[in-house]
Amino acid sequence: MIDCVENRLLTSRRGLLLGGASFAAWAYLPKFARAADGRDPRLIVVILRGALDGLSTVAPIGDPDYAGLHGSIALAADGAHPAIPLDSFFALHPAMPEFSRMYRDKHAAVIHAVSTPYRDRSHFDGQDVLESGYAGPGRVQSGWLNRALDALPRGERVSSGLAVGPTTPLVLRGNAPTVGWAPVALPQADDDTAMRLVDLYRHRDPALATALSQGLQLDKAASGDDMKRKPGNAVAQMRQVARGAAKLMAADDGPRIAALAFDGWDTHANEGGPVGRLAFLLGGLDGALAEFEGGLGERWRDSVVVVATEFGRTARINGTDGTDHGTGTIALLAGGAVRGGRVIADWPGLKLANLHEGRDLKPTTDLRSVIKGVLQGQFGLSDRVLAETVFPDSASAKPMQGLVAS
Amino acid sequence: MARDSQAALVALNRFGFGARGGASGDLINASSDPRGFVKAELARASGVLLEAPGLQSTQQLGQAVFAYQDQVKQAREAAKAAAPADMPAPTEQKPALRRNLSLNAAATEVAGQMAETKPADSPAKAETMQQGSTPPSAKPAPQPLNVIQKTFRAEALARLQRATLAECGFTERLVVFWSNHFCISASKGELARIWAGAFEREAIRPHVLGRFADMLRAVEQHPAMLFFLDNQQSLGPDSRAGQNRKRGLNENLAREIMELHTLGVGGGYTQDDVTSLARIITGWTFAGRQGQLGPPGSFVFNANAHQPGPQMLLGKTYEPAGLAQGEAALADIARHPSTANFIATKFVGHFVADDPPPALVARLRDVFVRTDGDLKALATTLVDSDEAWKAPLTKMRSPYDFLVASGRLLARVPEDPGAYLNSLNLLGQPLWSPAGPNGFPDTSAAWAAPEGIKLRLDIAAQLGARLGNNIDPLDLLEFAAADAASIETRRTVERAESRQQALALLLMSPEMQRR
Repeated sequence: MIDCVENRLLTSRRGLLLGGASFAAWAYLPKFARAADGRDPRLIVVILRGALDGLSTVAPIGDPDYAGLHGSIALAADGAHPAIPLDSFFALHPAMPEFSRMYRDKHAAVIHAVSTPYRDRSHFDGQDVLESGYAGPGRVQSGWLNRALDALPRGERVSSGLAVGPTTPLVLRGNAPTVGWAPVALPQADDDTAMRLVDLYRHRDPALATALSQGLQLDKAASGDDMKRKPGNAVAQMRQVARGAAKLMAADDGPRIAALAFDGWDTHANEGGPVGRLAFLLGGLDGALAEFEGGLGERWRDSVVVVATEFGRTARINGTDGTDHGTGTIALLAGGAVRGGRVIADWPGLKLANLHEGRDLKPTTDLRSVIKGVLQGQFGLSDRVLAETVFPDSASAKPMQGLVAS
Repeated sequence: MARDSQAALVALNRFGFGARGGASGDLINASSDPRGFVKAELARASGVLLEAPGLQSTQQLGQAVFAYQDQVKQAREAAKAAAPADMPAPTEQKPALRRNLSLNAAATEVAGQMAETKPADSPAKAETMQQGSTPPSAKPAPQPLNVIQKTFRAEALARLQRATLAECGFTERLVVFWSNHFCISASKGELARIWAGAFEREAIRPHVLGRFADMLRAVEQHPAMLFFLDNQQSLGPDSRAGQNRKRGLNENLAREIMELHTLGVGGGYTQDDVTSLARIITGWTFAGRQGQLGPPGSFVFNANAHQPGPQMLLGKTYEPAGLAQGEAALADIARHPSTANFIATKFVGHFVADDPPPALVARLRDVFVRTDGDLKALATTLVDSDEAWKAPLTKMRSPYDFLVASGRLLARVPEDPGAYLNSLNLLGQPLWSPAGPNGFPDTSAAWAAPEGIKLRLDIAAQLGARLGNNIDPLDLLEFAAADAASIETRRTVERAESRQQALALLLMSPEMQRR
């Protein structure tokens, strides 16, 4: 868009990334309980902020009510841009060929009709629940991924110099120290000035002392990378963040667990079908998954990427060829460690009587069960820790078995 | 003399944009009567409005965008018709060229441009200030700005100048608060970008010291908000337009009105209320380029798109009354007890502490209810409270606050908004462009994050490098905090290895970062 060029010109990639995406990771190399079996597992959590339309991403084209409800933006098995069949019932959005390939290779899976326990429709509360891991929204300052890290035996500190991103997603905020990464563009203050300021903060403002000290651990790991600035669209940004994150995580001393957030999924108007706005975003997500795969190299074998969103969107399109805030949606898993090639769904059907409150895909799977299954499969966390600490008061949401290859 | 520098710091930093340097005497003036200093601005109601030569109305700007878009389209078609396929259209050549600029070099300019602003007190210094700047010849000739970019910059400049020159800045802080509460985002599209400043001038400023209900109505009827939250596309399913065009409701604006603008999450509304309000405000739109409904770019009520019939909202039935149906609904929502509570909590949370003192919140809520949402009374009650003066200065300045406070202390009135806009982008608070309709965050946790602090230091170091030579940092410390400055800050500034370093450290001191 022409009117954005001006603003982006003098903006560093860091500025761009802050706008649309962010990345943060755990500062330590965890000693996994299951390190004995030679695996060196990695986990990446991708949060899609704005509420992804699950019915447009993995479309239940076998459901007789789908085409009518999703109307002008419904995917179909035929036409100029046919959806990619995943099985006899579900088909994938055509903007996601990489995910489709991973799925065919049995390294990607879909969980459908899934949601957090949150049942209202506020983005901000919904994201709170998704990321905090609590059953309801509240002023919680820690996320489930951070509490999962806290439950792991802490290993040595990851030494590649990293700076903490200003927008660490809530999912990774908490007691366990995290780091983030974003490339440097501005000429930096010299070390002496920085040290004097740290000293002043130590005496007068300990919180700022901590923040600045962490901020000063510069991103050496990202220097020499191939990420020359390319002020581009959201798609390019998603790929860029994923590429940088994968590069850092591929290193021997790189972080094993990371979280990213991509914005922009709130498709109220002109969402588009096989092509259009959502297609564009899904293409970015698909590209990001490919970057993870490529960048992690050998490590991809032991990796899992979890893609989740705060809630779904209405089953019926609204009056402006978009969808309003809904409930049930999808979660995606990708990675060499995923037991994939499956759409896992207890399908509720799209008949009016089966819709949640007569408007949304009814969730039949608790997203917490999915995430618990991944955390257990990757890191061996116990049912109890998962039900009490990571996702408080969630004993009823049992870890889903068999998501991760062992 | 009974001067209280600490109270002056509260007056200037908690309520305002910080002390101005030069010969302003702000800190001394504030220290003799801190409350009076803050409240003096509230007495000058006309000081809220912002008029500057060249700033246009929403309607004029809308028409300018339509004309611009037509022009671009014509140019593109003409180029396509005239030129062979392999020759790029002339309009697309220059942006591509500029994209190849080194961003590192460009970022150096951020602080550089800020340094090249005009000193408020001594124009004679302006020449020497230029020394550190990059020779203009090293840069390619700048691309002429289009009307949207020009307008955005002019609006930004007017706002920045007002904030830099204000005595205390309390009124401008109120503007920023309400503008963020009722935010739109310029990144939504060309109309949002060109309208961002006008929206604030037309819908926010006239009511900052007026009534909440009036601000609410002005905001929700402003073309910028209707565009930002898609209401111009929402059609009553049973309206004539809805029937003809087979399109219908979009509940985006209705939901955010209740969730973000008035009642707050948990404020007692249901999904049915959201849908009802969405129906009630169908037809609230703005006239498009054809001008069928009215002057292009102006708010209009399109009866053809309005859902007919009575609607039940929050337990009350609103009879069909066209535009008045929605206005009645908004007036009731503005008066709802949840709104009073939501606004009071957010207001105190912004000015006093991330965890707002409950007693103070309760008092403001009561004032809001008793005065029917008199926002001047709300501000006055806050300033008159003890809590607002006793609470320690723990809130982190937002990037905007920090940059404006730095400009004020350095007594430099911006003549070009570029440095500010770029710095705001870098620091994660692009002007009038929050990521979502909930606006920019308002907690210390959000703005005191490691990467953000490190970036502030980089910007402060650039400012120090460019301006430190001509400035006595100890004088500035006197202007900024006098004997309210901590001994450690004073010592750090005194012992700096250079004036440049001293200035960077002063700008980064807790006295300048916290409010």
